[in-house]
Amino acid sequence: MNIFETRKKRTYINELLIKIALIVAATISILTTFGILFSILFEAIEFFQLRSFWYFLTGTVWSPGVENSQFGALPIFAGTFVITLIALSVAIPIGLGSAIYMSEYASSALRDYLKPLLEILAGIPTVVYGFFAAVTVAPFVVELANFFGLEATFNSALASGIVMGIMIIPLVSSLSDDVIKAVPDSQRKAAFGLGMTHGETIKNIVLPSAMPGIISASLLALSRALGETMIVVMAAGLRPNLSWNPLEDMTTVTVTIVNSLVGDFEFNSPETLSAFALGLMLFIVTLILNMFSLSLIRRFKEKYKVNTL
Amino acid sequence: MIKRRKKSKQYNPFYDPTLKKRHKSASRFKKFTLTSLIFSVAFLAFFLFDMVNKGAGAFSIAYIKLDVTFNEKTLDDTRLAINKDYKELVSRAWLRDINKVVEKNPEFLNTTQNIWVLADDQVDQYLKNKQYKLKDKDKILVDELYANGLIEKKFNALFFTNGDSKIPEYAGIFSSVIGSVLTLVITMLVAFPIGVMTAIYLEEFAGDNKFTRFIEININNLAAIPSILFGLLGLAIFINLFGMPRSSPLVGGLTLALMTLPIIIVSSRAALRAVPDSIRQAGYGLGLNKIQVTRDHVLPLSLPGILTGSIIGLAQAMGETAPLIIIGMIAFIPDAPSMVTQAATVMPAQLFTWASMPEGMYVEKTAAGILVLLTILISLNTVAIILRKKLEVKW
Repeated sequence: MNIFETRKKRTYINELLIKIALIVAATISILTTFGILFSILFEAIEFFQLRSFWYFLTGTVWSPGVENSQFGALPIFAGTFVITLIALSVAIPIGLGSAIYMSEYASSALRDYLKPLLEILAGIPTVVYGFFAAVTVAPFVVELANFFGLEATFNSALASGIVMGIMIIPLVSSLSDDVIKAVPDSQRKAAFGLGMTHGETIKNIVLPSAMPGIISASLLALSRALGETMIVVMAAGLRPNLSWNPLEDMTTVTVTIVNSLVGDFEFNSPETLSAFALGLMLFIVTLILNMFSLSLIRRFKEKYKVNTL
Repeated sequence: MIKRRKKSKQYNPFYDPTLKKRHKSASRFKKFTLTSLIFSVAFLAFFLFDMVNKGAGAFSIAYIKLDVTFNEKTLDDTRLAINKDYKELVSRAWLRDINKVVEKNPEFLNTTQNIWVLADDQVDQYLKNKQYKLKDKDKILVDELYANGLIEKKFNALFFTNGDSKIPEYAGIFSSVIGSVLTLVITMLVAFPIGVMTAIYLEEFAGDNKFTRFIEININNLAAIPSILFGLLGLAIFINLFGMPRSSPLVGGLTLALMTLPIIIVSSRAALRAVPDSIRQAGYGLGLNKIQVTRDHVLPLSLPGILTGSIIGLAQAMGETAPLIIIGMIAFIPDAPSMVTQAATVMPAQLFTWASMPEGMYVEKTAAGILVLLTILISLNTVAIILRKKLEVKW
C-alpha cells in the first residue's frame, strides 16, 4: 500500500468521525425537546393517576396542602387568561404602532437610534421587570383605583399585565417591523399612484399584506406572555381567583408551578406533581402557538420571496 | 372660444371633497404610531430613572465613629465591646465579626480604639429619609452624632465583597456574582461547542432531508418554549434521574445551556451562511477536503458572527431566573461557592430573594443590584456590537 492510500484512508476515517460528532451535536436539540416533553409527560401522567383529569380541567377549587386536596385548575387558567389579555392589549397596539412608525415614517438615521433602544428594552431581565411591577407599578395602580373610587389590591392582575405587556413590546415591534419592511415597495408606489394618502396606503395596502407576519408576531407574543414567570411571581397574587376584575389578585399557571415546587412537599405527592400537569398544559399550548406562528411566517416568506426573516 | 372656467374647487376635476378628512385621518394615524413609539422610549427612560432613584442610595452606607474595646472579654461576648447607649445603632453583624478586625490589626488587642463602625440599617434608613424603626432616644442620639460629624455615609464596599445576609446592612452581591460566573462557565462550555457544531452540520454537511428539517423545526420550537419548562426538565432529568446536586451551578449551567443552544445555533448558521461560496470552491479547487475547508477557511471567517451571537446568548442566560428557581438556586448563600457542585445562587435569583424581604434596605439593595446587573448586560451587548462592527468582513 503506498503512502497516498494510507493517508487517504486516514482522512476518510477522520472525516467520518468528525461527521458523526457533528450529527451527535445536532441531535442534542432533538433530545432536549423530547427530554422536556417526556420529563413533563411522565410526571403529569403520574399526577392524573392520582387525580381526575377532567376535574383538573374544569374544577374550580385549587387547594393543595390540605386534607382532601383538590386540583381544579380552572381559576388558574382564568387568571392566566386575564393577565395575558391585559398584556396583549398593551403590547400589540404599541408594538405595532412603533413598528409602523419605524418602518414607514422614520428616517434611517432616526431608526439607527431607535432600534437599539428597543433592543435594550428586550434585554432587560424579567426579574427586573418583576421588581418594577411590584415596587413601582402596583402601588401606582392602587392609588389610581382609589382616585376613581375603586378598590385594588397590591398584587392586582392589572399591574403585572401592564408590565408584561411592556416587556413584549420589543418582540412584537421588531418582528412586525421586519415583516412590514419586507412588503414590496411596488405595492406602496401603486397605492400612491392611485392617489391614496400615506395613512391609507399603510392601512389598506401594507398592513393587509403584512398581516400573516403581524399575526405570527402576536401569536409569539401570546406564547411569551403565557409562559412568563418572574413578573407574575413577583407582582401577581398566589390565590387562585375566578374573576374578571383586573383590580383583584389572580394567579397564573407559571406562579402555581413555582409555588408547588419550592414548597416542602414530597416529590411524589400530588402537590408537586400538579406542577408537571400544569407544565404539560403550558407546553402543549405554547407548542401549538409556535407551530402555527412559524407556518404563517413561512407562507409569508414564500409569497414575497424574502430570506431575511 | 371656450369660456374659461372659474378657477374653483367645484370645476377642478381632481377635487375630492373628502380629501381634507382623509389627510386629517392620515396625520392622526401618524400621530398614533409616533405616540406608541414615544411611549416605549419614555417607559425605558422612566424605568432607568426609577431604578437609579431607588438604587443609588445603596452605594453609600452609614458608619458611626465610636470607641471599641478589644480584649478577651469583649471578643468572647462582642456586645460588651461598645458603649451600651450605642447598642441599637451599631450593626449586629459587624459586632459579631469583631474577631476579624483584630485578626487584621493584631495591635488592637487589649486597647480601646476610636474607629468607624458599620451602623444599623435603621440608622442608615433614617439618615436617608426612608422608612425607619428607631426609638426616640436613639433618634436624638443619631441626630446629635450626625451634627458632630460622628456619623458619615461612606462608600458601601461591603455590598460588593459580602455574600447574602439576613442582616440587611451586611448583605452583598459577591456570592451571587461568583455563582453566576460558575453557572455561566458551565453554560458556555456546553452550549458553545454543541451549538457551533450543530450549525456547522446543518449548514455545511447536511443535505436537505427529513432529518435536517426535523432538527430545524426542533430548534425553532426550543427557542420559543417558556423558560420555566426548562426548569422542569432540569428538575426531572438532571436532579431526579442523574442525581446531580440540587441548587448547584452544574445543574443550573446545564439547564441554561439547553436554553442558550437555539440562540447560538441560529446566529452561527447565519454567520456561516454569510461566507460566500467562492471561498469554499477555491478551497476545493486547491484539493482540500470538506473538513479542511470548513475548519481552516469557513469557520475563521464566520467567527465574529458566531462570537457575537454567543455573547448575546450569554447575556440572556445571565438574566434568566425562572428555571433556576425551579432547580432550587434561590437558597440562602452567605459564602461564595468554590465548586460547581456546591449550592449557589445567581445574581437575578439573589435580586428575587431580596425583593421579597420586608426590610426597606433590601428594596434599595435590589435596585442597586439591578443597576449592577444591567451594567454588565449592557456592556456585554456593547462588546458584541463592537465585535461585529470591528471584525465583520464585507463580501
